Amino acid sequence: MTPRWKFLLIGGLVFIVLAGAIYFPILRRRVKRAARLQQQSEEQARRELTQPIAINPGDPRVKTKLFWASDTIDSTLVPVTVELPLSNDPVLRSKQVLNTLLAGPVDAELRTLPPDALLLAFYLLPDGTAIADFSEALATSIPSGIVSEQLAVDSITRTLEANVPQVQRLKILIHGQEVETLAGHLDLTGTFAINKKPVQIPARPVPTPSSPDKPATPAGDKTSGTLAQPERKP
Amino acid sequence: MALLAAVMVSPSPAPSQTQQPAPATPTSQATAAAPSQQGGVAGTVASPFGSQAQQGGLNLAVLDPAHGGTDPGARGTGGIRESEIVLDFGIQVRRALELQGFQVVQTRQGNENPSFDDRSATANAQRGAVFVTLHISSTGLPGTARVYVNSEIAPVADSNGLIPWDRAQAPFLGLSRTFGDLVQGFLAQRFKGSPESAQTASVRQLRTTAAPAIAVEISSVTIEDRAELDRMAPGVADAIARGAAAFRPSYVVPNSPGALP
Repeated sequence: MTPRWKFLLIGGLVFIVLAGAIYFPILRRRVKRAARLQQQSEEQARRELTQPIAINPGDPRVKTKLFWASDTIDSTLVPVTVELPLSNDPVLRSKQVLNTLLAGPVDAELRTLPPDALLLAFYLLPDGTAIADFSEALATSIPSGIVSEQLAVDSITRTLEANVPQVQRLKILIHGQEVETLAGHLDLTGTFAINKKPVQIPARPVPTPSSPDKPATPAGDKTSGTLAQPERKP
Repeated sequence: MALLAAVMVSPSPAPSQTQQPAPATPTSQATAAAPSQQGGVAGTVASPFGSQAQQGGLNLAVLDPAHGGTDPGARGTGGIRESEIVLDFGIQVRRALELQGFQVVQTRQGNENPSFDDRSATANAQRGAVFVTLHISSTGLPGTARVYVNSEIAPVADSNGLIPWDRAQAPFLGLSRTFGDLVQGFLAQRFKGSPESAQTASVRQLRTTAAPAIAVEISSVTIEDRAELDRMAPGVADAIARGAAAFRPSYVVPNSPGALP
C-alpha cells in the first residue's frame, strides 16, 4: 500500500470515528424520546379505555392549580396553573382534576404519582368527606420512602384543596380497600384534612376546550401553598 | 372505626426477637392488652410495673431498623435493599447512643419483620424512652438526611390518663418536634443539602408510639455504590446520639410506661 492510500485510509477512518461521535448521542436522544412517546401513548390509550369520565367541552375553562414536584427544590411541590374545562359538580370536578394530575406534567421527572395509577372512583359525602379510590399501581409503582409517599399524597390533597372547595377531608383507598400505608411508610388509615380555609373556585371562561388527559402545560405559577395535614377523628 | 375505639397503650411484652436491656416482667393485665393485630385488641390500663425502670432521667432509646423479612423496603437498581442497610446503620447508631450513656432496645436484630404495632409495643413497654425509626429513601438528593415527626393528631380526650393506641403519639408531638429538630440540626451540619429542621409527615410507625419519636430517612438507595451510603453511617449515628443527649433536659421521664408525658 502506498503512503497516499495509507493517508486516505487513516483519514477515512478518522472521519468515520468523528461522525460517529457526533451522531451517536443524537441517535441515543432520539431513541429515548421515541421510547418515552410510545410509553406515553400506551398510558394515554389505557386511560381512554378505563376512564370514560371526560371533560365536557361545554364546561367553562378555568384556571386550575395542579401540584407536581419542583424542578429546582428537592422534594417539594409547586403549583402549576393550567386552563381546563371543569364541571361545577364537585365530584365530576374532582375526577377531572385528579385525572389531569395523574396524567402528569410535560416533564415526566416532575411526576408525583406513578404513570400507570388510575382513579377508579371518587365519592363525596354530605359532610365534605371525599373518598378517592385508586388502582393498586398507586401503591405498588410509587418509589418507596417517606418523602416520595408524602409528596404523592400532598400533590393529591393540595390539588383538591386548590380546585374543589367542597372537599373538607380526604380518605384514600387502594382498589376499594383501606390499607395501612401507601408503600410501607405513609399512614392511610385516617383522613387528610384539606380546605381548612374556604377556597374560591376560579371561574374564567375561555373559548377553546382541550382534553384533560393530555399532559398539562404549565402557565408559570410557581408560588407555594400550604401543606395538607392528616386528620384523625377522636 | 375499629381503629378509633378505645384501644389503649399498655405495657405489653416486647416481641421475643427484640433485645431488652433488662428482662421484662409482663403482668397478666399487660399480656391481655398486647395489640396482636392492628388496633384490634381492646387495651387496658397502663401498668406502673413496666418492663424497664429508669433511674435519673432519660437514658433509654428504642431503635427501629425499618422493614425486614419479606419486606425489603426501598430497592435500588444496584441491588441495595433498605432493610439490610438500616440494620447495618442500626449497629453504628446503637454504639453511638451507648457512648452517650443510653441503653438501647432494638425492635429487630436480624432479618425479621415485626408489625408496626409490635415495634410500637416495644417502645411503649419502656418507661421514658426515645424512639428512632431508621429508613433509606428511594428518592431525594443523595447524601442528605431528613428527620420526620408525625403530623398533627387529634389530642387525647380521655380524662383517665390513658392514651388510645391509635393516637399514642398525640401527647408526645411537641417533644418529638424538639427531639427531631435537635437531631436534624446535627444532621444538617454534617450532610449538606439536608433541611435545617424536622419535617412533618403522617408516618405510620410513629402514630402508635407513646414516646418522643422520630423517623430518620437517608437518601437514597438509587446510588450505584453502597459504600457511599455506608460512609454516611458514622455521621448519622453521631447526629442521632448527640441529638438524643441534647434532648435529655427537655424530657421529664414519666412514672410508668405508656403514661402521658
